[in-house]
Amino acid sequence: MVALGGTGEQGLGAAMKPDERAERRRKAADRLMEFRDLGPIDCDLHPPTPRMAELLPYLDPHWREVMLSRGIDGLELASYPPGSPLSARPEWRGPGGRPGGDLALIQREVLDRWGTRRAILNCLHGSMAMFSEDMGAALARAVNDWIANEWLDRDARFAASILVPARSPELAVAEIERRAEDARFVQVLLLAGSELPLGRRVHWPIYAAAERFSLPVGIHAGSAFHQPMTSVGWPSYVVEDYVSQATAFQHQLLSLIGEGVFTKFPRLKVVLIESGVTWLPGFLWRANKEWRALRPEVPWVDRSPIEIVREHVRLTLQPLDSPPDASGLAAVIGQLGSDDLLLFSSDYPHWQWDGEEVLPKALPEALRSRIALDNPRQTYPRLGVRLGKECVS
Amino acid sequence: MTRHVVAPASEIAPGSRKLVDVAGRSIGIFNLGGEFFALSNRCPHQGGSLCLGEQVGLVLSEEPGQYRYSRPGEMLRCPWHGWEFDIRTGQSWCDPKRMRTKSYPVTVEPGEALAKGPYQADIFPVSIEADYVVIDL
Amino acid sequence: MSGAVLERSRTDAAGLGVVDCDIHPMLRSERALFPYLARRWRDELETFGLRTRNPFVGSFAFPKATPALSRRDCWPPAGGPPGSDLAFMRAQYLDSYEIETGILQTLIPSGKDQRNPAFGAALCRALNDWQIAEWTEPEPRLKAAITVPAEDAEASVAEIERSAPKGDFVSIFLTTRTTEPLGRKRYWPIFAAAERTGLALGIHTGGSNGLPMTPGGWPSFYFEEHMANAFAMQPLLASLVLEGVFEAFPKLRVVLIEGGFAWAPALAWRLDKHWARMRPEVPHVRHPPSFYIRRQVWFATQPVEEPPDRADLRTLIDWIGWERLVFASDYPHWDMDDPQRAFKLALSEGETQAVFRDNARLAYRLP
Ligand code: FES
Repeated sequence: MVALGGTGEQGLGAAMKPDERAERRRKAADRLMEFRDLGPIDCDLHPPTPRMAELLPYLDPHWREVMLSRGIDGLELASYPPGSPLSARPEWRGPGGRPGGDLALIQREVLDRWGTRRAILNCLHGSMAMFSEDMGAALARAVNDWIANEWLDRDARFAASILVPARSPELAVAEIERRAEDARFVQVLLLAGSELPLGRRVHWPIYAAAERFSLPVGIHAGSAFHQPMTSVGWPSYVVEDYVSQATAFQHQLLSLIGEGVFTKFPRLKVVLIESGVTWLPGFLWRANKEWRALRPEVPWVDRSPIEIVREHVRLTLQPLDSPPDASGLAAVIGQLGSDDLLLFSSDYPHWQWDGEEVLPKALPEALRSRIALDNPRQTYPRLGVRLGKECVS
Repeated sequence: MTRHVVAPASEIAPGSRKLVDVAGRSIGIFNLGGEFFALSNRCPHQGGSLCLGEQVGLVLSEEPGQYRYSRPGEMLRCPWHGWEFDIRTGQSWCDPKRMRTKSYPVTVEPGEALAKGPYQADIFPVSIEADYVVIDL
Repeated sequence: MSGAVLERSRTDAAGLGVVDCDIHPMLRSERALFPYLARRWRDELETFGLRTRNPFVGSFAFPKATPALSRRDCWPPAGGPPGSDLAFMRAQYLDSYEIETGILQTLIPSGKDQRNPAFGAALCRALNDWQIAEWTEPEPRLKAAITVPAEDAEASVAEIERSAPKGDFVSIFLTTRTTEPLGRKRYWPIFAAAERTGLALGIHTGGSNGLPMTPGGWPSFYFEEHMANAFAMQPLLASLVLEGVFEAFPKLRVVLIEGGFAWAPALAWRLDKHWARMRPEVPHVRHPPSFYIRRQVWFATQPVEEPPDRADLRTLIDWIGWERLVFASDYPHWDMDDPQRAFKLALSEGETQAVFRDNARLAYRLP
């Protein structure tokens, strides 16, 4: 019986005959071709994190002087140490090993390679983790404007998330309102390791604004580290920290459900980005059981968490953290109980998989186009991607 | 279907309940403001003694932070995992269509009528002056 | 969605002789510990009371769903809180469910979580002596777990060495939430003592460490806290694996209690995947994490998973391995599992024996 262990598809093919191997390669090429033909929407692509020198032109004179006179720089998130194998696949580093490289590299390695129709840029910049509300807001503004000028203007396939200073919902809303006029901004970005649980009412102005502008709220792996990454203390290792991100998402999802965010904001969509996927069925079973027992404490949770998640929550695909065998993955996907939940993501430049095949071949056939295209375009209405008959009507 | 006389009506005052054994079944009789209801004592979840559970109100909410409290005493929370059941119907709150405890028809009959039979009144003598709770099994 | 039909969901554990890995004994009152405490610590208890990293004198930080967090039908008729009356526990639980062995987990009060460490150590000693005198000696079906002041490894080892020879202990009791992740070296002397004495390490959900309940801070509701508590099993197990605890203590047997088990496969897949990528950071972890988990970790079943499609429960256990689950009821707490009705799945005789008895006999080296 296949049990706990396994590392994806590694090792497969070792004992194959040459003609089997050729056949396998041919099938992989076919799948890739089909995937490209769909024109996928990549829901998580990371541009290189800008250094302060790159942001200076986008800061007002006061903040420019502050950054220079205090020597402030190095605001990449510590959740992703730049040299870590996880932070960038070897061929996805630019000069000096910088994760993500530059526009040309991204165009070649991601957009052109997979025939990407649209790609959502999530810039993991430390403005989201700043203690000073004002400095956080100034930096988030600068990063958003830098994204607009340096990326969105240079390739129409790009869209982006709005960075906000989450510690100040008021300033976060101001930033959402400022950038929402630009339809290329399609999401609000928050970190899984927040200062307060994301369901808490203090964050609601952000959700009200997101709902108003049809912006999903994307919660991305990573932490401001204003709290330990786990409820059992500070992990020692980057890998331990990263593995525990999945648990952080479970806490946040539970908070959003328990606080009634989806009752209050019935049109809100939340996207869990780089959260891992395979923990979700077990989470939902438990949440359902918990709700049956404790519902009167949170009477606004008027449906089971399973129903709420199916309607309001989406997850990006990578890292999939999949079982070792294809049937195992199919079983997990079946347990999700809905074809709507998963969104294609390359998670470029993070090193989540090897080779060309960004959509794991074990994914059920029927789901591939849903994940690659249908689900993303329904989740992100501001992308304005319409297909076939919708264009006519 | 057999009709069972399970208790003098006066023994179960409004707001109170009584657990009875009828034909090998454990059944809770509830008096909600003068109306009687009978539910199987077995919780459909893991078999907890449902009718020993707390009688509570129904709390609903239109919006986080608001608590609309109604029907005090008309919901039964299982003494084990706390699932709520509507005493009037036996339906669970969490999954009313599929998850319910059996509920039995109850009437209150004068002793005079009962004297004519046919009824099962195994447990106590029936007096013609009093009213009795009768359930159909 | 399940319309759980009771008759069909019945697990026929009756007549088997169940090993229950999680029964909570309770003090009749704090004064019940007095015979086991030195004068100095009796005074401490009377004067200052129990002090943990919690805002309230007499309540949990997140008030529970029920009084004494217990089933409402578990209050002993003779008085005292649920779990405090052996005769009633026998009648209501041990006898009627044919429990062959019940392993006590003394959750409250917690010696480990006391702010005054010396008092915490004294409390642990007293609780251990109390378990023997008032539970395992009068009731041979019950076995105990040595509760230790885990933040002080030296004191913990001393307590393990003092108590282990008494024979009725089959485990060392820890909780998930320690001030540092449990895999850290400061706790290793406890693991060494467990290996030396042959006692299993039973890690029960809970404990207070003063850290926020989630990586995003404190939640609002018991609805969240109750479930978040169980989430802590994931980083806990990651810590044990990635710090190399299982590499250093290959004979250590760990039982994770009251965390459920649906999370385990996904965590193991995730650990394996990212360990493979990040091996240079943890060279001391020589095997894939799932290797150690399958070798040295057992999962107590409660609260049992209830997927809407029951077939998913079987798939889940297949992934974990039928030899890795041990039954736990959590009696008398409100979220307990009934030995005969908790599993909404028809189990074969072999599966029933494994989960309800034999796996636990192995994990705890029961006779
Ligand atoms: S047995 Fe009644 S709610 Fe579980």
